[in-house]
Amino acid sequence: MLMEINPAAVTDRAEELKREFPILARRIGDKRLVYLDNAATSQKPEAVLQAMDDYYRLYNANVHRGVHTLSEEATALYEQARVRIARLLHAPSEKQIVFTRGTTESINLVANAWGRANLKPGDEVLITEMEHHSNIVPWQILRDQIGFTLRYIPLGLDGLLDVSDLDSLINERTKLVSFIHVSNVLGTINPAAELIAAAHAVGAKVLLDGAQSVPHMPVDVQALDVDFLAFSGHKMCGPTGSGALYAKRELLEAMPPWMGGGDMIREVKMSASKWNAVPYKFEAGTPSIAEAVGLGAAAEYLSALGMDWINAHERALVGYAYERLGQVEGLRILGPGPDQRSGLISFTVDEIHPHDLSAILDQTGVAVRAGHHCAQPIHDRFGIPASARASLYFYNTTEDIDQLVSGLEHAVQIFAW
Amino acid sequence: MDDLYREAILDHYRHPRRKGHLEDADIHYYDTNPFCGDEITIELKVEDGKIVDAAFDGQGCAISQATASMLMEEILGKDIEEVKSWDKEFILDMLGIEIGPVRLKCALLPLKALKAGVWGLDEWPE
Repeated sequence: MLMEINPAAVTDRAEELKREFPILARRIGDKRLVYLDNAATSQKPEAVLQAMDDYYRLYNANVHRGVHTLSEEATALYEQARVRIARLLHAPSEKQIVFTRGTTESINLVANAWGRANLKPGDEVLITEMEHHSNIVPWQILRDQIGFTLRYIPLGLDGLLDVSDLDSLINERTKLVSFIHVSNVLGTINPAAELIAAAHAVGAKVLLDGAQSVPHMPVDVQALDVDFLAFSGHKMCGPTGSGALYAKRELLEAMPPWMGGGDMIREVKMSASKWNAVPYKFEAGTPSIAEAVGLGAAAEYLSALGMDWINAHERALVGYAYERLGQVEGLRILGPGPDQRSGLISFTVDEIHPHDLSAILDQTGVAVRAGHHCAQPIHDRFGIPASARASLYFYNTTEDIDQLVSGLEHAVQIFAW
Repeated sequence: MDDLYREAILDHYRHPRRKGHLEDADIHYYDTNPFCGDEITIELKVEDGKIVDAAFDGQGCAISQATASMLMEEILGKDIEEVKSWDKEFILDMLGIEIGPVRLKCALLPLKALKAGVWGLDEWPE
């Protein structure tokens, strides 16, 4: 069905957009760069680079502090970025957007602020066997300190969550369900609405790891009715060190701060202090202002392209990639078919280690990730030490996929027994 | 362009020498590269200060596995004191290729296991 989409039409607009990303004009040796490591980090368009450059050249000052012109302008830009992010996510208010360094920090914020105040021995936190390490380790650390039970929704060999036992996994002891929206290894799009409804039915809160969904598809926090959404700026055309946590207002109001310092306080006395309002209560210290401004510009850029278009482009391209990769000798794709996956494909090739594949692809100009992609439990489940991963974005074209496939065929030739 | 995968390396990867297990090893050392999950076990039999038998086992990329295989051929009959002096340059000369910093870790993993073994280390000092 996906093959009915004309690959040329998919490619035309992407080819134009490529020109807005200076780095994509680079060559690797004498080869055209084909960047297929977008799940690790995306490239940045002129619009984002310009916004950050302008910030430092024209507006740089600390925010929420000075009364001079630069400080007021810097504060306005920083807060404008919050509004732009809220709009992208359809959040009711920009006050529900807390700036962080990325998904990992956002999840750790929930664990340390909400988790410490709300979890006790006997409670259950439910995650999945499909999680990135960033949504496993914070809960293991907190479990070891508090003594709640950490449970996992199992992963089927079809690359989908096995929800056959969900009725017992989500029960009256469950206080939080935290799961990855789109798998960074399998590409699987998880049934967020169903899991959120099941969690809410027992009064549990839900944290959604949107690192691989927010950059690639429309995510409406109100339609999803999600309690917390964590995501990273650098995977959605923004700078590294940027990201945010969206949360429901009443949760943010009730949560204690997790880091103390400047900007997060209303009043500091030697005996005790009072906290600033939401979201500033969670933004101690001078924030990453230029990064927030860059992320705001990225949110505007993606909004202007249209998340629906980005999603449609990637779904069509991943269908093309799925078919082309399937023709490579000895190549096995991890995870579900193209209908249930986002724009990334992890795979192994018989008798060739993923690091060797990646090294040979690099010699043909193609950048892919090789390793366990910070998700060892998934690889354990499939009984493999590592995989190679090609991950797409809206600037990738069918020509990029063709170059990947010919690189892989070259690797198969080199390693032919 | 494919210097990294020159024929000698691929040959050792496809047909590893002395891959397996020694029943009566005097030295046994296992190490991994956490970055990529490569694993190497080195086993040696020593008589009068000389390596009289050697075997490796493991899994991983062509570079790490071929290097281990080549090292096993190299080490037979060598004085253990000489093995202690082998370094990065020795490995690069043996492989005969240029290696970037990331893949260098793959190439050096067998040497790391070997040297820890001959020095009798419990753990590699970081």
